[in-house]
Amino acid sequence: MNGVVKLLGVAAIGTGLCLGMTAPPAEANEGKRTDIVMGVTLEPPHLDPTAGAAAAIDEIVYANVFEGLTRINESGQVKAGLAERWVIEDDGLTYRFILREGVTFHDGATLEASDVKFSLERAMAEDSVNAQKALFSAIASVDVVDDRTVIIRLSRKEGQFLWNLGWGDAVIVDPASADTNKTNPVGTGPFKLDTWVRGATLTLTENPAYWGTKPALNKVTFQFIKDPAAQVVALLAGDIDAVANINAPEMVARFQADGRFAVDVGTTEGETILSINHRRAPWNDVRVRRAIQHAIDRNAIIAGAMFGFGTPIGSHFAPHSPAYLDLTEQGLYDPEKAKALLAEAGVKSGTKAVIKLPPPTYARRGGEIIAAQLKAVGIELEIVPVEWGQWLAEVFKAPHDFDFTIVSHTEPLDIGIYARDDYYFGYDNPAFKELMKTVEETSNPAERYALYREAQQMLADEAVNGFLFQLAKIGVRRKEISGLWMNAPVQANDLTKVHWE
Amino acid sequence: MSVQAGADRASNLVRRSGPSMLIGGGLVLALAFFGLVSVIWTPYPSDAMDVLAKLKPPSSAHWFGTDHFGRDLLSLVMGGAWTSFSVGAAAVAVGLVGGVPLGLIAAWRRGGLLSAAIERSSDLIFAFPAILTAVLVTAVYGPGAGNVIAAVGLFNIAVFARVTRGAAISVAARPFVMAAIAIGRTQTAILLRHILPNIAGALIVQGTVQFAIAVLAEAGLSYLGLGIQPPTPSWGRMLADAQTFMFVSSWQPVFPGLAIMLAVLGLNLLGDGLRDLLDPRGRDRRAGR
Amino acid sequence: MLPMLSHRLAGLAGTLFAASLITFFALEVLPGDAAQILLGTEARDDTLAAMRAQLGIDRPMAERYVDWVLGLLTGDLGTSQIYGIPVADMVRDRLAISLPLAGMAFLLTVLIAMPIGILAAAGRGGPADFLAMGFAQIGLAIPNFWFGILLVLLFAVKLGWVSTGGFPGWSDNPFNALGALFLPALALALSEAAILSRVVRGALLETLGEDYIRTARAKGVSSSAVIARHALRNAMIPISTIMGLQFAFLVAGSIVIENVFYLPGLGRLLIQSIFQRDLIVVRDLVLMFAGIVVLVNFAVDLIYNAIDPRARVQR
Repeated sequence: MNGVVKLLGVAAIGTGLCLGMTAPPAEANEGKRTDIVMGVTLEPPHLDPTAGAAAAIDEIVYANVFEGLTRINESGQVKAGLAERWVIEDDGLTYRFILREGVTFHDGATLEASDVKFSLERAMAEDSVNAQKALFSAIASVDVVDDRTVIIRLSRKEGQFLWNLGWGDAVIVDPASADTNKTNPVGTGPFKLDTWVRGATLTLTENPAYWGTKPALNKVTFQFIKDPAAQVVALLAGDIDAVANINAPEMVARFQADGRFAVDVGTTEGETILSINHRRAPWNDVRVRRAIQHAIDRNAIIAGAMFGFGTPIGSHFAPHSPAYLDLTEQGLYDPEKAKALLAEAGVKSGTKAVIKLPPPTYARRGGEIIAAQLKAVGIELEIVPVEWGQWLAEVFKAPHDFDFTIVSHTEPLDIGIYARDDYYFGYDNPAFKELMKTVEETSNPAERYALYREAQQMLADEAVNGFLFQLAKIGVRRKEISGLWMNAPVQANDLTKVHWE
Repeated sequence: MSVQAGADRASNLVRRSGPSMLIGGGLVLALAFFGLVSVIWTPYPSDAMDVLAKLKPPSSAHWFGTDHFGRDLLSLVMGGAWTSFSVGAAAVAVGLVGGVPLGLIAAWRRGGLLSAAIERSSDLIFAFPAILTAVLVTAVYGPGAGNVIAAVGLFNIAVFARVTRGAAISVAARPFVMAAIAIGRTQTAILLRHILPNIAGALIVQGTVQFAIAVLAEAGLSYLGLGIQPPTPSWGRMLADAQTFMFVSSWQPVFPGLAIMLAVLGLNLLGDGLRDLLDPRGRDRRAGR
Repeated sequence: MLPMLSHRLAGLAGTLFAASLITFFALEVLPGDAAQILLGTEARDDTLAAMRAQLGIDRPMAERYVDWVLGLLTGDLGTSQIYGIPVADMVRDRLAISLPLAGMAFLLTVLIAMPIGILAAAGRGGPADFLAMGFAQIGLAIPNFWFGILLVLLFAVKLGWVSTGGFPGWSDNPFNALGALFLPALALALSEAAILSRVVRGALLETLGEDYIRTARAKGVSSSAVIARHALRNAMIPISTIMGLQFAFLVAGSIVIENVFYLPGLGRLLIQSIFQRDLIVVRDLVLMFAGIVVLVNFAVDLIYNAIDPRARVQR
């Protein structure tokens, strides 16, 4: 029966196939779709990546509309962007960037070295509203040499500087349009804004004057669908072609079984952790924190909250990193041991605590499971769901009013947060701070990796937080689409290489 | 009173109030019973998770199936009855305690400044759609049972103040009250002996209606994520979860929804029956929605 | 009539003024600020201060309140802190969904309730009455969001006839847009139809009991003709009063039902703006919802007074 259906199918599309096979490869795209409708979860508040932290902004404009001197590719490497090449002087402090020729903004203005100076100085300025101002903190001066040459001098060595310039927050804008980029973004990218129906869709169209290789797509529509279930429906109904990161792990099996779709399970930079407030007793006692780590069954959380998607972690580091050290064996699920440790620390059964959960699925569902697991060892959690605004104001900022929270830390290579003074979970360890300082000053990769492993070990030994899992990126697409990012080293939907087979 | 007389009276009650009171009262009692039982016993602990047995359809082990954490849905529905009824009762109590005195003052000092202030305040509360008030209160002060009770209770205060005022004014105009005033009884005595007993019927009827509204409101707020928080079971939250997993387990929304429907239906029928019995003139008065 | 009108208008303005005060100051205690939400965790304190200054949320509370109210009086709803565009534009886009939704729900309410109410009144005490009032009791008890979920489950998940939610927009194909509003409108309409059918039945029974109807009957006019020609016309006064109030409820009902069907209307905008601390939008919307209720009540009162002389005497 199945065979008959397949045969009929072949017959019906036979003519199309023949054409495709006899035509030269260049024309193989003839008749292929050149548009795509992407489902995205969050609508950006505006479209200026230099004036807001919302990942939703970068998910629309990064690499598509705006470009920086460098760019970060799918595997997290730094590549040339608007700067064709660069030279780093021997002092390691002076960077000379040579810009590409013939780059124009969407409004026709030509990219000049002065635009680079303007963009960077704007981001560094006192009244700057750049969310990642720290990226530029090492810059001492930006000087224009000629139309295509810029010299950036640093005040201190910054091993990550080229990577920093690849962030969405460091894109190059035109002085004439900088103030209106929020609603009318003018960049140098291969796509430009066509329409934005707030609350519904945003459409980009091709930029005919693009300096580089033209993408295969000439129209990109982002459809904002907040609810995972609605994204699923939109995919099934064919209203959208792909969702870069679907929030409904429970639906993966269904899409895998459906011949029209392909599912890509990749990784993100998101270490998902149960953050513990070290400012409060008894959580400042390492025995109590170890007990918590033993009380948590990571596999049950991954299975229950994420339907199996996610890689267990034993410290704050991404498993796909070359410097990763697998420490998951160290805090294995062992409720009896947890109870013993709690008793040793004098924590009574029935101790109450508050867990504040931000909106993402991993936090809300994960929090319910953790509450049940901690209850089993005698810690009773009151679950308080919070929106991001409240989370930022109460948990992240002083007074840090929480005992526990669950967050995925999505910045790449962010183990350094444990060395920050007065960071929200309040971990304060001079030895760790010293270690991170050494890392910054070390340029030899092998040595750096060794130091990073030492740091991971330290965090695991101290059971600083409850280390849960690395967040997976679950992309669902029509199977004819290729070129979407499998992993998410930065939060972006780079569509420049996307095409229909 | 002899047993026989009591039985006669009971059957009389049923005859006068019709079948709606019987059905409504039965439904309410049954659900309240399940809720009470859930406090000491449920088939499984309502927060016991078993991720391997998640999203299972109804079976002999789990009569209503299991949810996305493998919790037993029957246990959760039973626990939800307790939550729903206790929140509803508390919201009505807040309304009665706050609203009745205000209504009495407004009736007694008719035309006075205080009375006008009470009138204007309840106008103001009615200017906001009830669901909007509830959403705002729980969004601003945070979700949770206490704030749900406060949000619904606030609205109930206005409702009871208005009902009390209306009923008290009409009772106060009746001859026996006039007579009591004429013979110089104290205000407190008049209030306690004549006014309150005569408006009690209207209040009981309104209380039943508000109870039903509170059950719906708690479910709605919890559905939006602004109400009862886990691990406390709530019918509204169960529906929100069920909607998320609609594609993988379609039976899940059935039982919590049915429970809400039966509770509200029971309370409304009971209210209708009580109205015919206690407050025949107040028919079709449904002030609060 | 005129003094009554001006008195009522003053009361209306007073209510709205008080509502604006409550809305503004109640929302001030919300933890979290828009600048932090826009800039995220890595923002430095000087950056946050710059953003607050840009948004104007660093100014004193009283000043912002006065600005807001003065703006409203001159028809300026302000600018969204999060989106940076005029609130009026956002509201207009959302109204294009919420109003048709309320309108369609209203139409469905009437279409369902009138026949049921009439049938019940015509067959008073009989099986039709019993069924109709049974419908009303059950319709009243079903929470609209559950009904919505069941509709989606049946028509979208099981049968695949419609999409489970979302809104395709009016510009593409208006029929698709109307289709997307049908199930939510039906979910909203059920309980209102239940209420209205009881009112219709009650009002009809009342007028049927009046003298001129008995006269008409005595003259041999058939029962259905009596209802159609005489009773219904007179019963329309109380019925339309309730209908007016119901429209206001249907607009407010969108707060929940838009979340069931993922419709980007006013209700969802409200919830989303509360969560994003876009307080300008929240205030405008809350006052708008309150304004709709107050105005509808006012209009209903006016019409009631104008049509029904008895009501005037009673007051």
